[in-house]
Amino acid sequence: MPIIVVEVMPKAEILDPQGKAVAGALVRLDKSEFSAVRIGKRFELTVEGPITDELLAEAREIANDLLANTVIEDVIYVGEARPADDTQGA
Amino acid sequence: MRVGVITFPGSLDDRDAQRAVKLGGGEPVALWHGDHDLKNVDAIVLPGGFSYGDYLRAGAIAAHSPIMSEVITAANAGMPVLGICNGFQILVESHLLPGGLVRNDHGDFVCRDQKLRVENVDTAWSNGFKEDEEIIIPLKNGEGGYIADQATLDRLEGEGQVVFRYLEVNPNGSANDIAGISNARGNVVGLMPHPEHATEPGFGPDTRAAMRSGTDGLTFFTSAISSLMANA
Repeated sequence: MPIIVVEVMPKAEILDPQGKAVAGALVRLDKSEFSAVRIGKRFELTVEGPITDELLAEAREIANDLLANTVIEDVIYVGEARPADDTQGA
Repeated sequence: MRVGVITFPGSLDDRDAQRAVKLGGGEPVALWHGDHDLKNVDAIVLPGGFSYGDYLRAGAIAAHSPIMSEVITAANAGMPVLGICNGFQILVESHLLPGGLVRNDHGDFVCRDQKLRVENVDTAWSNGFKEDEEIIIPLKNGEGGYIADQATLDRLEGEGQVVFRYLEVNPNGSANDIAGISNARGNVVGLMPHPEHATEPGFGPDTRAAMRSGTDGLTFFTSAISSLMANA
């Protein structure tokens, strides 16, 4: 089944306590070359038929109305799964 | 006066809010998130809890509940609406109040008796307080950090829409120590602390007079109920 991916990140100016906690763990693991971590969300929306422009437009609407709160978050990607997104790989 | 308290899946303090309404002299009316029916109430309380387990974002899914379309219409027509904790989160997610609420800056759930200053006594839910009155209200949240962009913060401060401010301790990293805000009209108020937990002697926060004797929260409910009765 085709999948539309929506990615949401906390706005740059908003404190991300989760990311901060992970960054703290990296320091404790002696990986301080990674100086900051921010954690976002990825949604995978399964559709029944082929991915059309209408479906993408609808996904963008859902992304801005429900999946993200644009007061505190940015929608950074709405589209087909990219090759690097193959969750079976890596 | 009929005060509706909406129960969402995961609401925790709906019964406490109903009890507070009763103690404040009103008639509590249980409302259900899945209905499109406000049952002719005169005011609405969105109670605390963890609607939908805080999935997606706290209050985000509840903000799209069937009953919220009626709540938004009523709020825009001037009906008093109070959002407590998760109810506050639902109000910002429904855009009835500006800004957003994010995880506490220290990362921990916090539970304490919190000192607040009442900075606007012209709202539907604060008109029984004295200007700059200091009150103690229990606070319990994990995602209570109030944030908004600078323009919104400036507007809230300039227009007196900061109704309650944290004193002594900022428990969750809220911008400008903001504990609660109102809309421009003053009928919609949201705050993270729980006034319904400070309405009955023996069950409230400690005071200098006696343990658990704090009832500062009762004034939220008597404010709304008495002003509704005066206008009836």
